[in-house]
Order: sequence, then C-alpha cells, then structure tokens
Amino acid sequence: MSPVSDAARAAGTATERILHDTLHGTHRGVVVDSPPGAGKSTLVVRAAQELVAAGESLMVVAQTNAQVDDLVDRLATADPGLPIGRLHGSDSPPDPVLDRHEAVLKSAKAADLAGAKVVIATAAKWAFVKDVEPWRHAIVDEAYQMRSDALLQVAGLFERALFVGDPGQLDPFSVVGAEQWAGLSYDPSASAVVTLLAHNPGLPQHRLPVSWRLPASAAPLVSDAFYPYTPFRSGTGHGDRRLSFGVPGDGSGPDRVVDEAAASGWGLLELPARRTPRTDPEAVRAIALVVRRLLDRGGVAVSERGTAPVGPDRIAVGTAHRDQAAAVRAALADLGVTGVTVDTANRLQGREFDVTVVLHPLSGRPDATAFHLETGRLCVLASRHRHACIVVCRAGVSELLDEHPSTEPVQLGVTVKFPDGWEANHAVLAHLSEHRVTWRP
Amino acid sequence: MSLISVLARAEAMATGRATPLATARHRHLSDRPLVFVPLTTAGEVGAPLGALVGTDRDEPRLLAVPQPRDRDLRFAFLAELAQVVLPYLESYADDTETEPATRNREKSEVCADAPQIVVANTSAVEYVRLLGRSTRFRRTAEDDPDEPHPVPARVPLLGRWLTHYGERARTPGSALLLSATELLTRHWATGQSNLEDQHLGALLAWVEPPEGMTGIEAARRAESHRGPDGLLVFPPAGPATDPVFDNTVLAPAAARYDAGITGAGEEIARLLAGQMRPTWDAVWRSMDLLRELPEGAHVADRWKRDRWSYTSHRDRVRAGEPPQPRRDDAVSAAQKLAGRETAQVRLEAQEALDDPLVMAGRRLAGEAFAGRVDRVEMAMSEGKVPKPRPLVTVLTQDRPHLDEDAKLYRALPDGRTQQARFVEWAGSGAVLLRVVNGMGRGKVPDPGTVPEEGDEVCWTLFEHAPRGGAGLPEPEDTPWTHGGPPGAAAATVTADTPTAPVAVTESPDLATTEDYL
Repeated sequence: MSPVSDAARAAGTATERILHDTLHGTHRGVVVDSPPGAGKSTLVVRAAQELVAAGESLMVVAQTNAQVDDLVDRLATADPGLPIGRLHGSDSPPDPVLDRHEAVLKSAKAADLAGAKVVIATAAKWAFVKDVEPWRHAIVDEAYQMRSDALLQVAGLFERALFVGDPGQLDPFSVVGAEQWAGLSYDPSASAVVTLLAHNPGLPQHRLPVSWRLPASAAPLVSDAFYPYTPFRSGTGHGDRRLSFGVPGDGSGPDRVVDEAAASGWGLLELPARRTPRTDPEAVRAIALVVRRLLDRGGVAVSERGTAPVGPDRIAVGTAHRDQAAAVRAALADLGVTGVTVDTANRLQGREFDVTVVLHPLSGRPDATAFHLETGRLCVLASRHRHACIVVCRAGVSELLDEHPSTEPVQLGVTVKFPDGWEANHAVLAHLSEHRVTWRP
Repeated sequence: MSLISVLARAEAMATGRATPLATARHRHLSDRPLVFVPLTTAGEVGAPLGALVGTDRDEPRLLAVPQPRDRDLRFAFLAELAQVVLPYLESYADDTETEPATRNREKSEVCADAPQIVVANTSAVEYVRLLGRSTRFRRTAEDDPDEPHPVPARVPLLGRWLTHYGERARTPGSALLLSATELLTRHWATGQSNLEDQHLGALLAWVEPPEGMTGIEAARRAESHRGPDGLLVFPPAGPATDPVFDNTVLAPAAARYDAGITGAGEEIARLLAGQMRPTWDAVWRSMDLLRELPEGAHVADRWKRDRWSYTSHRDRVRAGEPPQPRRDDAVSAAQKLAGRETAQVRLEAQEALDDPLVMAGRRLAGEAFAGRVDRVEMAMSEGKVPKPRPLVTVLTQDRPHLDEDAKLYRALPDGRTQQARFVEWAGSGAVLLRVVNGMGRGKVPDPGTVPEEGDEVCWTLFEHAPRGGAGLPEPEDTPWTHGGPPGAAAATVTADTPTAPVAVTESPDLATTEDYL
C-alpha cells in the first residue's frame, strides 16, 4: 500500500464518518477541525449535496463575501442543476463570476430565495434575516474565525448544524477590550466553536487527517508547530512535487534562497540585524527581488495535478500589517511585477498558491507583542503554499523571542490554547534556520 | 502604536517635554466634576483606607478608615462616601429636556446634563468598579430585617451607581467616569513608556516640567524623590499606597489606634490626607490643562450619549429594578461588545474629523488623504434615470492604501458625509475618484456639493458614522449554542422569589469563611 493511497483512504473514512453524523446523527451539532488545505471546502460542498439529496434544504453561513462567492461557485460547478440562493447585502453585490451559473439565484432579500435548496450568505447578512421558519440544517464554514456573538445572532435560524473550520488559523478579534467576559462560556469575543462546545460538550468532533495542499516538506513542521495534539500529514510524498527553474541562479542572495526553497520547500533570506520601521525598506525590496527572480527564472511546478509554469497568479506575498503589504505592492510595481497577490495574513486565510514569500512578523521589531506572536498569524503565513515558502527576515528574531516571553495574563476559565505563539515561533524559526541564506543587500 | 505617536514620543524624548497629540479636547469636561481619590489597604482586597472626594478643589472632603480591617468602619466609610457622592449624582436627575420622537424612538426625556466623576488613573477606575461590586448586593436593615450584617442605608444604591459608572467607562469616548492619566495620554505623548505614564505625577511632569528641568528629570523626581522623613514627595496616585509610608508611618499609627490612644484616629486621617492631597491637586491640574484646549466638535454628541446612559440608569433605579447582575448573560454581553465596537469606530472617526493633527496620523497610516482638486469632469450614471457621478482628480502627497473600488468619505460643510469610489491612480500622486452621493436629487448636483478645481479636500477611507450591526435575539430566545435562555438554571436558586420574566433577581453575596477572619 503506497503512503498516498493510504492517506486518501484515511481522509475518505473521516469524511464518511462526518457525513454519517451530519445526516443521521442525533446531536444538534457536528464539529469538524480541518488543518490547512485538508479539503474543507470539498467537504462542505459534499455535505450540502448529500443533505439536498436526502430531501433537506439548508442554509450555509460563511464569514466573508469572498468565501460565500467561492462556495457558491464550487457548489454550482459540482451540481449545475441545484437551485442555489446567494443572499447578499444591498451594497455588496455578488462576484460577477457567479453569472455563469444559471441555477444560482441572487437577492438581498431572503424571501426571494424561497425556491432555493441551498441558501448561502455571510454571518453578518444572515443576522438581518428575521421572522422566517428555521432551517432544519445549516453548515457553518470557517467556524473558528466566527465570533461567538455572530453565532448568537444567527443560531436561531437553524435547528442543527455542521461546523467546519481550522482551529490553527487566526482567532477572531475585537477592536475593544473584552477581558470582562473572559472565562464566561459565552464570551462574545471568543470563537463560535469555543462557545458551542462549552455549552454542548457532548457534540461529536471530527478531524480531517490529511493536508492535500501542503507538500511533504511542510506538513510535518506545520503539524508539529501548530497542531501538536491533532497531527495531520501530507497527502503527497517526498518527490511527488518538484519546483525547477529554466534559468540557473546567478549566485545572488535572492537566487540562492529561491534555489534552497525549490530544493527543500523552505527558504530563509536573512538580512543583517537591525531595528526598522514596520515597512522596512530593505526587507520590502528583498521580497520584491525574490518575487521578480521567481518570475524571471521561469519556474515550473510539477505535482500530482500535472506540470504548470509558476506565473504571478501562483505566487503570493504575505505580511502582518496592511502598510507592509502596500509597501511590497509599491516595490513590486517598481520592478514591473503585476498580478502577484500581496496581502495580510488575515486576508490570505483560505487561499492557496504554489510559492509564498513571507515577511516575518517579528522582522526588525524591537519587541514581540501578542499581535505579532499570535500563533494563527504565523500558521496562516506558513501554510499557504503547495511547493515552497520563502521567509524574509532580519537576523535576531530568536534573541527577540527570548527577551519577550508571553506575558498575557492567565484568565480563569479560558481554555489555554496550545501551542502558544512564542513556542510556535521558536519551532518554525529553528526549522527555517536549516535553510538560511544570509544576504546583505 | 501608530507611526505618528512613535514620532511624537521620539520628539518628546528629544525636546524634553511632552508632545501634543491633539489640537482639540476630545473628551467632555463637566463644569462641576466630582473628583474622587481613593486609597486602598495593602494586602486586603477591597478594604478602602481613605479618600478625598468632592466638587470643590480647595476643600475636598476627607474620608479615612483608621482600621480598615474593621468591617463596621469600612461600611461607615462607604456610608459617608454615599452621603457625598449620591447627592451629587442625584442633583442632575430632575433637570431634563424633551427629546422629539424619531423613527426608532418615542418622544422621551433626557437629563440636560450629567454628573461626571474624575479619578487619577485606570487603577482607580478599576477600584470604582470594585467598590460597586462589593456593595451593590448588600442588604440594608430596611431591605431585610433578618439580614445578619445589614449595611447603612444608601450603600447598596451607591454600589449600583458606581457599577454603572465603572461599566460606562468601558465605552470608548464616554466621559461619565474619566481618569486623569487617560485624559493626559490621549492629548500628549511623553518620552516614557505607557506603563510609566500610569504614574500621574510623572506624566504631569512631562507635560509641564518645572523651570530648568527636562521631562525625564522631572518625571524621575516625581517618581522617587523622598523628603527628609523618607516619604515620597509625590506619593503614588493610588489606590495602592507607598510601602514605605505603610511600614514606617501608617503601621505605627494604626497600632496606636488599636491600643486606644486618644487622637490616633485623627492622626491617621491627617497622614492619609497628606498622601492623597498631591494626587487630588494633580487631578485638578490635569483638568486645567485639558480645558486650555478647545472642545472638539463631536464631543457634545458623545456627551449626549453619556447623558442618555445616565438618564436610563436613573430610570432603572426609579423603577425599582434590581441591581446589575454579577455577570452579563450571553445577549447582554454581546450587546455591550457590539455597542462598544461601534463607539470605538465612531470615536476614531470623530476625533480625526475634529482635529487636523489626529487626521494627519490617519493620513500617515494610509487611511485618509488630503490634497487639491486638480480636475472635475461631469459624468452621469447609467440606468433609466441617470444621476450625476462626477469624476474628481485629487493631487495628494499622501499614500493612502486604496484597494480596488475602495469607498471614500468626506465631511460636507453642512455636516453630512459624502461618499465616493476610488477609480484609479491617474499618475503618481493623483487619485481619480467618482462621487456617488450627497449631491441632491436633481440631474444637476446641488451647488457646493461637488468639489471644484483648486479646492482643498480631505477624503477618508473610513466611515464617519458607522452603523451598528444587526440586532440580537431577546435574552429569552438565547439559542442552544449559547446555553439557552438565562435564568433556567439560576431560577432554582431564587425559587422563592417571584421571578421577573427577564431579569432574574440575584441573591445577596453569600458569607464565606473569609468574612469572619
């Protein structure tokens, strides 16, 4: 039995169990933890199809309009005849991509979508739906990124639900302090799943065990660093994916780190230690150069999906802050690069690329705050790639971490999340240091 | 920390005095605030040691507890505090104005002004909450003749008001309960850390260092300079006391009091007054400094929300409702959080609109841009009834983070907000945008509603008046995911009391073994 078909079988068994509990279980909720790229969207589409096949109609709750559009597109592609309702806000029309699906109805009013078997909207939009007969079933997507108070607003609309999400990604946040409710089971700023499970501890919990996105070089690190108690593995083996370049490296720092990442799946381009403003001009420039060289050298990605060139649409740059993303965009434009996705970790959640270039959240900082140490932020940035991830960072982050242990107060009644960001950062850094290319721009 | 505040701190360090962060005062200051400077006993949570309180800066009322571990003395202190604070709070209750009916609200009554409590620092705000929590569930002899430890009349009512003020202080931009350190740090940046800014004396030293001293020298002196008696010249602003004072002065005095020596109680009161008076003066001095700034244009709007808050609590007290519950239920917690998040966004927008220096910070962060209108080209929308959608090019040196089709907002002279959409960068430093509303109903925009060539304009990427989200369910409709309706479990505890449909009356705090130490 090859490891790959073994992985496929494990994933298949998990999916069958989840669908069984969803369709025939006695509990009001089913929770599914899905590591990065483990087929969460496929599961949602499949569950929706099976529920409809069983004669049910259902509502689907996602967190952002982009996620909703993506789900509608996938579901309509998988089942072109299925009447799907896309409920949207009056000033946020759905993506025109959906126009190609004839069976998709679009409206800002839930009443117009009565004919749809599946109605999909964001949690914020569902919260405005009132005075309707509750749905028998719901699917809540990205449930770990949904806040408890958002679930409170919509939970009256359904009788039972399948909650799907990735516990390792960024936790929901609030722009004001919410410490006064810390430890309460229904802390409104906590994640929807935390509240759900606190009140319904007996709900069945499942886990998707295989990441189809992350290559064999990345899954063990991401699993160990961010999911120490719920390990997963890669769906592909070493050697199943290859990244190669038509143009050989010229020996410069960016080329050497690109070669290292192509060979090992990881690359760390380390700039000299220095305290910098958030939009560190040298680091930003280094990122732009790496991207430029990735494109110029004619990358080709070989994977189980076939052989394809690594174009700008297959590359992403991830940062912690919006101004950093803006600075990288400007630097890329200066080098004549267009079409590369540049965004913050929050906005890259759920996305997938062949190669990612990441500005380390702690690069050049004088301190390590809770924001920069957040486990989910690093996890998102380190788990978007199918082939390779290149991290650009100032030297000295390891010492910085040692100078700033986590100092967040311990709140009674709050489930401690493992691992903490400090530990996860060290784990990732230790691994990256084996793939280090030092460079003085 | 935003880039502009980093800059301001660096500048404060370089110049040796605090740098202004604002050109307007962004918090309401009452004409007759009540200042409250409490001290607490070291090692005994919630045991007040003394307080200066009052509305007259020259004659604070001194309250002192000669032996804080004596619970009778503690409640005598609280009764005395209630005698000062409650008449002040109630003095605003009857002067009302009528608020006309709106779409969402019937005609209603709102208090014309509201009482304002000012304390020294955020720990004191926390202490106000603690006092509220420890007194609002107490029973007086009148409440329950069988109560084994009745408290003086009006103490539970004081607790309810302090709880309300403490809770309201968590709403961003509110001003019912203010702390001097928060007021000062909002308006000035010092060259020290946020933590060091919590020392009111040091903070004031940075804002106005004495002649011939830099902020850093003056702050160090405020923090650690001791007189010949070994005591700090500027004691900590409380509620915690200086340990040296506790050990060398207070402890011997308390021992004399315990031994029954005549005059020992008065001596303790005098010692405490000496520890609190510098803080009392510093709080008033902070307000003086703030009053020198002109009030921001939206401050009155936010103060009105505070007046509503005060009025509604007045009504709850008058209606005989029970004290605020120990813990919020799921729906109340979500409601509060949503309200505060909206208030935070509103506050940030209003402060920027009221103050060019704050707006400069937002511009530097890429969240707004200002510039001169270079070109205006009239265009119409498509559709059955074409509407004006003028294209405006703004030349700016700012670098806003404009996403595709980003929404833009600007304040019109009449106070309304106009919206536009980002079209594209028309060359370096030239933003092309399409104005989409605020131009009247006609085919031709109303005069003055479209920027003209040469106009100086400031567009923001953030909304000016954020809407709240969708409503929440009623508490009795709390869904299964959040534990169902509240009170289902609590009702068993209070089974003998007639249960109100929504608010379950809470039982008083239970006596624990610690109560009889």
